[in-house]
Amino acid sequence: MAGVTDVGRRRDHNEDTIVTDAGLGLAVLADGMGGYKGGEVASALAANVLVEEVRRKLRWQEVAAVDEQTGYTRASLLIRDAISRANDSIYRTAHEQPHCQGMGTTLVSLLFYDNRLSVGHVGDSRLYRVRGGEIEQLTVDHSLIQELVDRGFYTPEQARRHVQKNLVTRAVGVDPTVTADLQEEPVLPGDIYLACSDGLSDLVEDGDIHLTLTQYGANLSEAAQRLVELANARGGTDNVSVILIRALRPFPAHHRSPWRMKVLHWFT
Amino acid sequence: MTAKLVLSLNGAVLREYPLNRERTTIGRRPENDIHIDNLAVSGQHALVITILNDSFLEDLGSTNGTYVNGRLVKKHALQHGDTIAIGKHELRYINEQASTHDSDFDKTMIIRPGMVTQPAVAARHGGAAAALAERPTSTIHPQPAAAQRTVAAVPAEAPAPAAPPPAPQSDVQLPLARVQVLNGPAVGKELELRKALTTLGKPGVQVAVITRRVHGYFITQVEGPGPLVNGQAIGAQAHPLLENDVIELAGVKMEFSFID
Repeated sequence: MAGVTDVGRRRDHNEDTIVTDAGLGLAVLADGMGGYKGGEVASALAANVLVEEVRRKLRWQEVAAVDEQTGYTRASLLIRDAISRANDSIYRTAHEQPHCQGMGTTLVSLLFYDNRLSVGHVGDSRLYRVRGGEIEQLTVDHSLIQELVDRGFYTPEQARRHVQKNLVTRAVGVDPTVTADLQEEPVLPGDIYLACSDGLSDLVEDGDIHLTLTQYGANLSEAAQRLVELANARGGTDNVSVILIRALRPFPAHHRSPWRMKVLHWFT
Repeated sequence: MTAKLVLSLNGAVLREYPLNRERTTIGRRPENDIHIDNLAVSGQHALVITILNDSFLEDLGSTNGTYVNGRLVKKHALQHGDTIAIGKHELRYINEQASTHDSDFDKTMIIRPGMVTQPAVAARHGGAAAALAERPTSTIHPQPAAAQRTVAAVPAEAPAPAAPPPAPQSDVQLPLARVQVLNGPAVGKELELRKALTTLGKPGVQVAVITRRVHGYFITQVEGPGPLVNGQAIGAQAHPLLENDVIELAGVKMEFSFID
């Protein structure tokens, strides 16, 4: 796992927060917004709550068990509940602290277990996967422009050029409740997962992200750094954050082996 | 300055309509915001959705159609100066303040989610946030040059026959889907895709998974050669499944379909 977060070229402070914990198989990227310094408070709160909740409640024995009602694994539901908790925390703080009024954050959180990945997603931060020489965007933005594409007013190509990119339709902490998109994906050895804030995806096209990962993929830290540089070279109009994760080998949840101990070795 | 539509007939201006609400309806029935009493105009003819500085025109399945600059449109993102023709009437779209490309400093904003039936655009600008957050009416707030992230609502899809399905929202569950085996000993057997991730195939031979995402169901190869969908290899990436797609995996053919 590798992560870089950078203030960019045009902002005076960084409102993004990234956390990676290979021991838990957890990565969180949050892009905060709103209020005087509220953005960085919101993103930090979200990331901390996520990590704390997962650390406290993750039960390795049953993490891959599927809940009958929802069809999601325990891991996915844990992520969902943790995002809910983060929402409460930010919403409450925003109402208690005048300088945090109106704050909120996007969130992409990844939890790896049993050859599988649970993704919780709110807002316009993205998750991509590179597999078999192709890049695929796994999340769908909660943004106005995405809604307009879904409704047929724009093609994705027109949307890229459109100016009002930066309108998010869902965020953590702005309403009393939030609905996160949950997704489960099979993980294969060699997969590279890339989570990023819109500071990257607004400025660097998917093809260029893919090219960079192809060129520098052997060293994820360097690849992450290159991606941030690329965004900055193209204006660096926003904070830029990137998390890169590679699955090295299968990580099935064997019954007796404490795979928690091993998970550290499964990712770079 | 608020964008507006200027209604004219045979070159004579009849009236101006400011686009100061999220939904502005156009039609022959009197309850329309822009009421055009002419038989060439359908009862509910078209809709203009306005979000911050941008407006979007949608034909509501009208009999005689909606034209923009001479071209028949179903959906159209309005540009300053566009002329909408409905029957013999014309509506000119005036927006002096259309979003410019010089918006590098605009920070991301939040558009208030969820309130699909209750249009409410609320903008949170800079640190001065809350005042605008919970407005029940659909006032449009101008977007300042250096706006902080903002919260607003995306209007509901029009309840028109020609309207496409509403935009996917994850709180609206994707319809349940199933696969049904088409050949071999298990022919006729059905598997409902109730799980976020369903594994298909024979371990050690050929395995694929179907994942449920916000926009639909996707099949991905996991082990062995990739499955075929309608006879075609799907490649390394997740492949979207459509109604009646036939999946072929380890010699077994299965048909994918939605349950109602």
